[in-house]
Amino acid sequence: MEFFKPATWSEALAIKAEHPDATPIAGGTDIMVELNFDVRRPGALLDLTEIAELREWSAVGDGFRVGSGVSYARIIEELGASLPGLAMAARTVGSPQIRNRGTVGGNLGAASPAGDSHPPLLAGAADIEVASVRGTRRIPAAEFYKGVKRNAMEPDELIAAFHIAAADGPQQFAKIGTRNAMVIAVCSFGLALHPSTRTVGTGVGSAAPTPRRASDAETFLAGELEWDSPGPLRDSVLVRFGELVAQAASPIDDVRGTADYRRHALSVMARRTLGWAWDSYRRN
Amino acid sequence: MSRPTSAPDRITTPISGGVGASPPRPDGTLKVKGEFAYSSDMWIDDMLWGATLRSPHPYARINSVDLTEALKVPGVHAVLTHDDVPGQMLFGLEHTDQPVLAVDIVRYQGEAIAVVAADHPETARRAIAKIVVDYDVLEPLTDMEEAVHSTDAPTLHPGGNVVRHLPIRRGDQEVTAPVVIRGEYEVGMQDQAFLGPESGLAVPAEDGGIDLYIATQWLHVDQKQVAACLGLPPEKVRLTLAGVGGAFGAREDLSMQVHASMLALRTGRPVKMVYSREESFFGHVHRHPAKMYYEHGATRDGKLVYVKARMFLDGGAYASSTGAVVANAATLGVGPYEVPNVSIDCWGTYTNNPPCGAMRGFGAVQAAFAYESQMDKLAAELGLDPVDVRVLNAMSEGTAMPTGQIIDSPAPVAELLRRVEAMPLPDAAPTDSYDLRQLPGGVSNTTHGEGVVRGIGYGIGIKNVCFSEGFDDFSTARVRLEIIAGEPTAMVHTAAAEVGQGLVTVQAQIARTELGVERVTIHPADTQVGSGGSTSASRQTYVTGGAVKAACEKVRGMVLDLARERLDIDGELRMEGGKIVSDRLGVLAAVADVLGDDAIDETVEWRHRPTEALDPTTGQGFAHVQYAFAVHRAVVDVDVDLGLVRVVALDCAQDVGKAINPDAVVGQIHGGSAQGLGLAVMEEIQVKGGKIRNPSFTDYLIPTILDMPPMKVDVLELADPHAPYGLRGVGEPPTISSTPAIVAAIRAATGLAIARVPVRPEDITGTA
Ligand SMILES: Cc1cc2nc3c(=O)[nH]c(=O)nc-3n(C[C@H](O)[C@H](O)[C@H](O)COP(=O)(O)OP(=O)(O)OC[C@H]3O[C@@H](n4cnc5c(N)ncnc54)[C@H](O)[C@@H]3O)c2cc1C
Repeated sequence: MEFFKPATWSEALAIKAEHPDATPIAGGTDIMVELNFDVRRPGALLDLTEIAELREWSAVGDGFRVGSGVSYARIIEELGASLPGLAMAARTVGSPQIRNRGTVGGNLGAASPAGDSHPPLLAGAADIEVASVRGTRRIPAAEFYKGVKRNAMEPDELIAAFHIAAADGPQQFAKIGTRNAMVIAVCSFGLALHPSTRTVGTGVGSAAPTPRRASDAETFLAGELEWDSPGPLRDSVLVRFGELVAQAASPIDDVRGTADYRRHALSVMARRTLGWAWDSYRRN
Repeated sequence: MSRPTSAPDRITTPISGGVGASPPRPDGTLKVKGEFAYSSDMWIDDMLWGATLRSPHPYARINSVDLTEALKVPGVHAVLTHDDVPGQMLFGLEHTDQPVLAVDIVRYQGEAIAVVAADHPETARRAIAKIVVDYDVLEPLTDMEEAVHSTDAPTLHPGGNVVRHLPIRRGDQEVTAPVVIRGEYEVGMQDQAFLGPESGLAVPAEDGGIDLYIATQWLHVDQKQVAACLGLPPEKVRLTLAGVGGAFGAREDLSMQVHASMLALRTGRPVKMVYSREESFFGHVHRHPAKMYYEHGATRDGKLVYVKARMFLDGGAYASSTGAVVANAATLGVGPYEVPNVSIDCWGTYTNNPPCGAMRGFGAVQAAFAYESQMDKLAAELGLDPVDVRVLNAMSEGTAMPTGQIIDSPAPVAELLRRVEAMPLPDAAPTDSYDLRQLPGGVSNTTHGEGVVRGIGYGIGIKNVCFSEGFDDFSTARVRLEIIAGEPTAMVHTAAAEVGQGLVTVQAQIARTELGVERVTIHPADTQVGSGGSTSASRQTYVTGGAVKAACEKVRGMVLDLARERLDIDGELRMEGGKIVSDRLGVLAAVADVLGDDAIDETVEWRHRPTEALDPTTGQGFAHVQYAFAVHRAVVDVDVDLGLVRVVALDCAQDVGKAINPDAVVGQIHGGSAQGLGLAVMEEIQVKGGKIRNPSFTDYLIPTILDMPPMKVDVLELADPHAPYGLRGVGEPPTISSTPAIVAAIRAATGLAIARVPVRPEDITGTA
């Protein structure tokens, strides 16, 4: 196995162009497990941890550009106030050790339907910035996930960063696991209310071949919410929203849970997170 | 009277770290710092690495095994199959029914077929991948009841599919009762989930034998089986215990012992084998899944009249210890209650599921889930309090077991229940604020209090301690006392396996107390001394502790005789604080002066009182040495909409006879309770069509610190007059009672009649 450890981003892109089969490694919390379990034997590893700019984030316009190598721990600590949905998801990832090493870039690279950063990235309408020696492009999160553990990247591309607006309203994230820590999502749900555009963002995790938005639920809810004179939500709205979120999923029965349970749990999480988000909107 | 001039005349200061104290463990700091050498850390120059080819099929005929390509891989030194087994082809704890390497047929997914030794583990794995096996895949037998009763089921072993059927018949078999409670219960397959995978190092010796460094629970039973399979006399197979990373029953059976030894003998090089985490799930036996049909008859006051039960335990492809597990499930099948009339049938079966054998609680766990569920049902039916109904029926000293055995030492069942009941309950969850970590789902943020209902439940368990049914259960201890650097120093040498429970500490404590010396060293456990018996059945402090005590007593007697002779006195003498002391005259001499350059070295074989076999048709007999009891009260918060559970409190009372090491006792209770919590709400090897679906810690979940609440633990010490120091085995009882307590609490919170563990969110939300 070859091992590359470029010091600069342009060097990394050059190596990736020359060795498209080289597997990038950031925190290694997915890759090392795959290597140890012998499910993957890459011909080459491309270690990105020397590249300082991947670990940086900056405020850009009304949002942020967050380097793909920023750890979950730093997202919670440094960006939690501006990106509450993503921070809530980050808090549920693994254990302190995993949150210190693991990155959103790695979560995107792995593109597991169960990855916890995906629902808030979808709900927050994030763009993924990918780059190659050919140039840079931005892929909306909703178009990034292509299949089970497949994403929209070309073989010579690397993830540079993601772009996401600062929260303009309440955000929530909830995840089902059968223990209270260190658990892969049985299913998960992210919600973002966008009062500035009168829209709603959602993300459904671990309940379809890819993370996905619940578009019908978003449209329905955006039409029902009384943004200017926010009163209590009618039960019928909560229930309908829950139903539409559940309908957006196409879950399977597997070792972590049944399809029926996933649909049921999504509807409960959707109702609850909406209740919390709306309460918070009304209070402010 | 002549007195050596160096004898101090002040009275001695008592030595610390004896029986009843909690001295620090010799291995504790190393383990916490990650510096302890486990069996997987071993290294020797020139060693080869072994790897194992395993069957992907639960049941298949092997037409051919082609090794040609594997042998061509550079760096490969040997590729062996059953043709290369030098001795006996089969091994097994109770029945020798399991092939060292598969012969013509595989009976479970993961069964070993061939082994490779190569100069690098990766090379060994690559060679394994190049072995070509031609299978005829057969339809696996996966249903334990079918295995027993169906006439169409394939016969997996020559004697049929029943490993053991044990009937228990006591009292009136035709009796009826005004209140009848029926239930069907299921227990999923739990894994021991030890953290140190199977591993060991086999070093070929000049005499044609083998030196095997191995993580195991019983060196001598390994030695016996390995020697037979290698065709060597036992003395040519020398075992030394390597660092054990947890056991819980999963290291009772052989894993890589024979394989590594065969490879080492063949290649003339040391061979190391380490299973990967995934392989480990196929490399050891699991807890028997159970299906149990119960009927309790009671008076309208709630007094038990009879218990009838049919129990099935799935032993999987090979017998392992299924027979003994059957005996426990059946003989302990009514729980710690007085039941005048009992009719139980328990079957342990062969199927093509993963082999099952020993795991902490050993048959008593499965039974307790059923009988405790029944007690709650009885209480509910009669409108009685669950504790009251248990106290009403609680056994005590003098009670006859379903086997007819009379309990002849304290059995404080009612008192343990009342003690736990009297413990303060945790505060109710606050309604005006929330802390996610205190809620079901934790920081996954699934509820801020919505849907959360609290429930309380009780569970009690009974467990036999030591080996039963007439087994010659003994341990050997060698104790040497000599003067090193002017200080009397004891050395304790046994073959008993330290697997994390703290036996090494206990052995030293006993030596300090019995010999009155501060300095004790523990010799590495090996087969150079006689058998210590198994580290299982909660027996080591009892039996090896008993052996160390007896050996110390013998050494002490000899030292005191020597003192009488050399000091020219007679009368009662003691050893205390490194001194020879008499009641009348005070300190007489330092042990160092009496002993001089002599060493006293004694080996003792020690047995507990004998038990007897069970009558094969009625299950009657004095089969168990000792019984141990623990009670749990579980408080749970259940998110009834999402089916998520948080165990808020899991308080426990247990009688331990005598806490030899109080910290270690509480540690065992914490750990056992956590393992029972795992079985209650998350731990299951999911098997479908004979195949394991979740062989990893990603999907086989064990409790984390956020799942396990801090515990209140009440330790009772009611001495058992038959046991050394009055002690009672500690390790298993808490594993037994915590599961039913938690499930009872979930039922109380949800109102659901939950009859299967582990309880899944699907079971609570009706989405299974
Ligand atoms: C014990 C444990 C618990 C876990 N718990 C969770 C959990 O609760 N939730 C969750 O979502 N995940 C969890 N994970 C998985 C993992 O931690 C996350 O997916 C994490 O985000 C991966 O980040 P990383 O930096 O470690 O990725 P790596 O392992 O370094 O890489 C992951 C993948 O992304 C690719 N990659 C990395 N960086 C780039 C880049 N810049 N450009 C292109 N491709 C790239 C890699 O090639 C690889 O395919 C857990 C893992 C472990 C070991």
